[in-house]
Amino acid sequence: MRVDEKPIYEGTFTVTGGNFDNAGEVSSNIKSVLKRMGLSRDVVRKASLVAYESEINIVSYARKGMIRLRVVPESILIEAIDEGQGIADIELAMQPGYSTATDKIREMGFGAGMGLCNIKSFSDTFLISSEVGKGTYLKMIIKTNNRSLNS
Amino acid sequence: MTLREIKELLDAEVLVGQNQLDKDVKSAFVADLMSDVLAFATSGSLLITGLTNPQVVRTADVLDIAAIIMGRGKKPSPETFQLAEELNIPIIATKYILFEISGRLYSKGIRGCIEKVGSK
Amino acid sequence: MDLASIVKALNLKVKSGEDKLNTEVRGGYTGDLLSDVMANSKEGDLWVTRQVHQNIVAVATLKDHAGIVLVQGSEPAKDTLEKAMKEGIPILISDLSGFETAGRIYNLLSKKTA
Repeated sequence: MRVDEKPIYEGTFTVTGGNFDNAGEVSSNIKSVLKRMGLSRDVVRKASLVAYESEINIVSYARKGMIRLRVVPESILIEAIDEGQGIADIELAMQPGYSTATDKIREMGFGAGMGLCNIKSFSDTFLISSEVGKGTYLKMIIKTNNRSLNS
Repeated sequence: MTLREIKELLDAEVLVGQNQLDKDVKSAFVADLMSDVLAFATSGSLLITGLTNPQVVRTADVLDIAAIIMGRGKKPSPETFQLAEELNIPIIATKYILFEISGRLYSKGIRGCIEKVGSK
Repeated sequence: MDLASIVKALNLKVKSGEDKLNTEVRGGYTGDLLSDVMANSKEGDLWVTRQVHQNIVAVATLKDHAGIVLVQGSEPAKDTLEKAMKEGIPILISDLSGFETAGRIYNLLSKKTA
């Protein structure tokens, strides 16, 4: 993604840590935004899935965070930035099945240690950085394979 | 198979989506782990689960799931019900356990939306 | 129907409990929430799940399950397998999804009783 490119859409969504009742609301909004642009079903699905898993991570493990969405004709950029406990060992956290989830998170059907793996496998580019006690930053790019978008 | 036929087969109650009973489905995914659903379920499939929280509806929305089948006699929480109405995602509730639901639907020709991992 | 017939029909990989394959399977239970499986599954059930955590062995032992089938080719965690071997609980792996696995086992079991 070129930095100088003028985006078709740019938006920031706030996510509150620990609020499981509304978890997923941001992703639903992101999905509607992307659908309205006339992106293909497959691209919308990938991007909303990536946004959703990121949102669940913020709700589950952080105090607060935000998801930034930036769409240019060739790609969708999703960034998830949170203030929270951070991840001590990223390599370990990326392993399928590894999880530090509480019982509450597991009861919701999450915390099976698949979230980051899902995010990685549904993104075309995936970057993660984290600092213990500070927070975590995720950057995902999904290609649109689309030349004509409704702005 | 239509949602109407599924309702009969599972002796179920259609809690949300009475207007979508003619919707036709061919495949299903069963899980209580939403991350698994997110990784493997395909759009247009049935989602069979024992979970009842709003995240089930969110997950179904993200994936364009045809309908949620809630087994084990579970009913959606009020928040879940409201969200499903809002997003127009059918919820079919039945007393049967997930194994029985899967077995009955499989016998009627519904297939897994993926057969093996890596083959989707 | 015994476990061995199901292993053969679905081409399951036997990871533990090879000596218990003559166990009679009375029914099936699909679930990934341990508390639910504890509460609702029955003795003699073959438990179909995606959970690979070692706690599944404790649940299967307490509920006297015929065995555990891990779906989607999921391998048991190391602790899980060690515990299953110690407790003599059959852990079987299916390459198929949970729906396909349950559907096929259901059909085998209902043919037998019909």
